[in-house]
Amino acid sequence: MATATAPPDERVATTGPLARLLKRPEIGALIAALVVFLFFALTTETFATPAGASTWLQTSSTIGIMAVAVSLLMIGGEFDLSAGVMTGFTGLTVGVMTTHWGVNIWVAILLALVLALAVGALNGFMVMKTGLPSFIVTLGTFFVLQGIDLALVKLIIGQVAIQGMSNVPYYDQPQKIFGSTFSVGGATIHVSVIWWIAVTIIASWVLLRTRAGNWIFAVGGAQAASRQVGVPVFRTKIGLFMTTAFAGWIVGMLVLFRTSTVQSNTGIGQEFIYIICAVVGGCLLTGGYGSAIGAALGALIYGMVNQGIPYSGWDSNWLKAVLGVMLLGACLINNWVRKRAENAR
Amino acid sequence: MKTLRLVGVVAASALALSACSGTGQDDDGASGNKEDYTYAVITHSSAGDAFWDRVKSGAEQAADDYGVTVQYDSDPDPAGQSQKIDGAVADKVDGIVVSMANPDGLETSIKAAVAAGIPVVTINSGVDRFKEFGAITHVGQSEAIAGAAVGERMKAEGLTNVICVIQEAGNVGLEERCKAVGDTLGGSVENLQVDGTDDAAVQASITSKLQADTSIDGVLTLGGQYAIDAVGAVEQAGSGAKIATFDLSEDVITNIQDGKILFAVDQQPYVQGYLGVTTLYLKDINGNDVGGGQPVNSGPAFVTQDNADAVLEFAKNGTR
Repeated sequence: MATATAPPDERVATTGPLARLLKRPEIGALIAALVVFLFFALTTETFATPAGASTWLQTSSTIGIMAVAVSLLMIGGEFDLSAGVMTGFTGLTVGVMTTHWGVNIWVAILLALVLALAVGALNGFMVMKTGLPSFIVTLGTFFVLQGIDLALVKLIIGQVAIQGMSNVPYYDQPQKIFGSTFSVGGATIHVSVIWWIAVTIIASWVLLRTRAGNWIFAVGGAQAASRQVGVPVFRTKIGLFMTTAFAGWIVGMLVLFRTSTVQSNTGIGQEFIYIICAVVGGCLLTGGYGSAIGAALGALIYGMVNQGIPYSGWDSNWLKAVLGVMLLGACLINNWVRKRAENAR
Repeated sequence: MKTLRLVGVVAASALALSACSGTGQDDDGASGNKEDYTYAVITHSSAGDAFWDRVKSGAEQAADDYGVTVQYDSDPDPAGQSQKIDGAVADKVDGIVVSMANPDGLETSIKAAVAAGIPVVTINSGVDRFKEFGAITHVGQSEAIAGAAVGERMKAEGLTNVICVIQEAGNVGLEERCKAVGDTLGGSVENLQVDGTDDAAVQASITSKLQADTSIDGVLTLGGQYAIDAVGAVEQAGSGAKIATFDLSEDVITNIQDGKILFAVDQQPYVQGYLGVTTLYLKDINGNDVGGGQPVNSGPAFVTQDNADAVLEFAKNGTR
């Protein structure tokens, strides 16, 4: 993408259309996703049926929303380890406020959003002001939120899971937006899939077609240089942390209104899955390179493998191991394709 | 590409070896025919949990004994667990065994399974809600029953100031147990949060707690391995606290024999897995309703110095 803004030079002149396509960060993930899909579609009976597809789409969707937001942040050169626990934090906020304090459900949802954005802004502020690596800052936030999710929730409602959510007045209204399902060609599609697609499209548009997108690539690639040419580094980074927090809020709501409950341990450990999906999708751990669609495809691979393994009838004890091998495989394909593309020019 | 192809080949051969079923469920012949039923067992266990490994062993033994296929899977997150139930429904399994630690989170999926005509049996937790969701029966015992039984027993031992060691933050079932113990003990029960993935840290936390409050006369752990940590902690702190635990292991039983652990309450997880599958199997081959709409108790069984010898050999097999 950096080439789109740079003045034309010899690199552009000698690049063929195929090589240019292969140089897109998400192409490796796309090929890997196709391979994984074909593998499970051919080896199991249920995987490629509408009913089977709806299960892995659903798994991919919530992971994917977070992975897309995390990929923007990673392109911007930062990590957010509090992204997973944020999904539980927002869900618990709404659950506690409505079931225990009787707060209007819409007010609670908005307050949870405000809280999430505040935490995101605080993450960004601390990273920028202290100069500490975001890995450390958000690790701190992760533990603080994890503690709050357990201790404060236990203190207020006396247990560690929200109960009785579906009896809250007006529960049906947000449930339609966050927790409903609809039917497409025999498949029951969860509304989170729509959210996932929407988030991916918006993130891709911002990244590829707006000035903010250029800023994100710039601050991730060369922070000092971009500051010197007038990129608002501070605002961009804080905006990125708030974006992952915002995505955490969306997923928190999707989980809460799909299952009508959240537990204190919701989302813990998921942050690594988001990062893995972003990396599989072509994001560099060093920042400055990657794509939102790639992250969405990474989440799709994760969801397909996650549901494909039970359909294959393998011992579930092997799930994590197989997942790891598949993800490594996807990354290798990614690298291989990118190297080929670079050699081709 | 090569890597993935290799994975594919390995996986495909594994698949061929495991002789996955998938055919013949729909063409019902005469009832005397040997059917290849496939049941999904979906629990809220985190991976590698000793208790749930026994549930799994029980379910797999039943599958072996009856010549049916059992697919075991688990996810501690209710959203993830309900997705696995949806997956099993999509896979058109012949029955689902599910543990309901957080019934609210599974309601939609379990009801969808029942609506799809798939018989559901709940195990372990969920005794209060199984009927409402349309499950044919519940095998196990609520955390409340088990906890209450432990509380009574500790009271009979004269314990009044007990710490309840919770090894997994945010686990609904564990919290429920400690609460139930408190209801029947009559004395004070204080929860102690520890990091269950690090036994050294568990022991250190219990030691500190015992040193800080010497009036503690009882330690209750909620998993076999943590009882061993507690034994070390009591020795290190020079405390006179008595130890009781949920769940068994070989080490727990030898410690009971040595008098270092007072008793262990065994929910008999093997029974929960085995009977869960059995219930579905009997329904399929004979139309039986095990329990007749009432829950079936798998425990609690107490292991004390009196019966420890008899239980030891089964614990060595990893089935109790």
